[in-house]
Amino acid sequence: MKYQAKYWGFLPLAVLSFMTAAVHYGRAQVVVDVSGGNFNPIPIAITDFIADDDMGQKISEVIAADLERSGLFRPLDKSIFLENITNPDVPPRFNDWQQIQAQGLATGRVGREADGRLRVEFRLWDIYGHTQMEGRQFYAPEDSWRRIAHIIADAIYRKMTGEKGYFDTRIVFVDETGPKNARIKRLAIMDQDGANLSYLSDGREMVLTPRFSPTRQEITYMAFSGSRPGDDAPRVYLQQIEDGKRELVGRFPNMTIAPRFSPNGQKVIMSLLEDDGGSNIYTMDLTTHQTSRLTSGSAINTGGSYSPDGGKIVFETDRNGKQQIYVMNADGSDQKRISFGDGSYSTPVWSPRGDYIAFTKLTDRQFSIGVMRPDGTGERILTSGFHNEGPTWAPNGRVLIFFRQNAGQESELHSIDITGRNERRVPTPHGASDPAWSPLLD
Amino acid sequence: MRLLNKTYSKLFAALCLSAALAGCGTGRNSFNNSGMGYNAKPGSVQDFTVNVGDRVFFDLDSSSIRADGQKTLQRQAQWLNRYPQYTITVEGHADERGTREYNLALGQRRAVSARNYLASQGVAMRRMKTISYGKERPVAVCDDISCWSQNRRAVTVINNAAQ
Repeated sequence: MKYQAKYWGFLPLAVLSFMTAAVHYGRAQVVVDVSGGNFNPIPIAITDFIADDDMGQKISEVIAADLERSGLFRPLDKSIFLENITNPDVPPRFNDWQQIQAQGLATGRVGREADGRLRVEFRLWDIYGHTQMEGRQFYAPEDSWRRIAHIIADAIYRKMTGEKGYFDTRIVFVDETGPKNARIKRLAIMDQDGANLSYLSDGREMVLTPRFSPTRQEITYMAFSGSRPGDDAPRVYLQQIEDGKRELVGRFPNMTIAPRFSPNGQKVIMSLLEDDGGSNIYTMDLTTHQTSRLTSGSAINTGGSYSPDGGKIVFETDRNGKQQIYVMNADGSDQKRISFGDGSYSTPVWSPRGDYIAFTKLTDRQFSIGVMRPDGTGERILTSGFHNEGPTWAPNGRVLIFFRQNAGQESELHSIDITGRNERRVPTPHGASDPAWSPLLD
Repeated sequence: MRLLNKTYSKLFAALCLSAALAGCGTGRNSFNNSGMGYNAKPGSVQDFTVNVGDRVFFDLDSSSIRADGQKTLQRQAQWLNRYPQYTITVEGHADERGTREYNLALGQRRAVSARNYLASQGVAMRRMKTISYGKERPVAVCDDISCWSQNRRAVTVINNAAQ
């Protein structure tokens, strides 16, 4: 593989907490309930970090953009700020920030070490509690400045909402170009905000449904070989993101599709298109290479996705007519139907928090994205239209990305909150489909 | 060969769109109407695709071989039995109105269904492979029902044709 991620992998990033007396705060007055109901975004002031060049402003802009896009924050216009922060080590004039109704204030400073690395300091202030909520210092190579900004945005999100963030993450997806009947599909990877896009395949073979490993810099996906039809069945592969090395997953007699990792990254669950026309779900242990079959019969059984504790698997099957969502134990026992609404259900995927299963629902002429609890109750449709498909969870289980195609138009990536609010287009350079969200990079 | 297939697919789609009632889907009618195929050398790939008809169509979410499809597959089987030097791949396809993985599984079911019908007509299983393209390789490109029905298909492709 010639194509590699521009940069990826574990950044040499030192994170130190400032030792300040005020870090621990007793009151949680800015902690908001993000679980439902009407919601007003939290007003927050993100100042330009103090720096000798434009790096301070660039970092502050990425932080503000992350928080704004989440729909939970309203970064205030810098032109209304009353206090000009010149020394981020001393507490701000809280009243000045109260006057413009900021609930939180982020300040910081950017410096450079002798070896050229960036040193970024950051503090988050609780304006009404008059306390510092967070203080951190980061060292990282210059070209990772966006990652530092995302990590800071995650810290703010966590302190002010009580939920883990999801900004220091990436999206792997299928980049689509060319006419519909001769589509070129390439694996692409980018930061969750669309920055730092690079390609992981060259488009000579058709690739589908990439998914991130929860534990390693690895993806699994299916690819049609570039050779003549019939010479080589399309298969599930495993690929290292950094060096592009790939291997076949398992030795199966026919096509394999729909791969996903188990939560500990040890297994790949996938479906084998059987010689009798049915499809069954298999797992393969990546260390022992042992395979096991979890479903049987001549129905279509596919789309397996593990619960975060690894104990259960959600999947789709048409064994009783239309496609429906079923849950089974990880060993294949106790298969139970959980979807009972009108229409058919497909692409189930278990939230990393375990509390919901997201799915694609097909009714008469609509493709919808929805969520339901793992026992099938509480079904909610988040968005509907001509074609919406393939939800993937943010690592905090609060946001989904899916792909949408309006009739006659390019396929796009969109994000939406699990409450159904804050639907946004995720920027991609061309047509895009089959998104998969990475875990937090750490 | 590749070029011919492409031209063929495009032409086929165009014909079907303009003459939805003219027996689209049997392959034979379309191409006899087009005036092509009379010069195809018997036993050639062109003979197969043009005079026999290389594809059958399916109803929504179904992999049952329809009556028109049975006729096409019977002709395919006769031809394949007459020319035993060929091996084939039956490609299963789905329309775009389904999810990706399900459509791959559905395409497999259609390919197997067509292959099994050919086997029932005496074509040896060892001569036949299947592959599913799901919704990834439509021949008809639009966003309405007229296209979708053309894309729900199983296509018999001759593998070892002399070039």
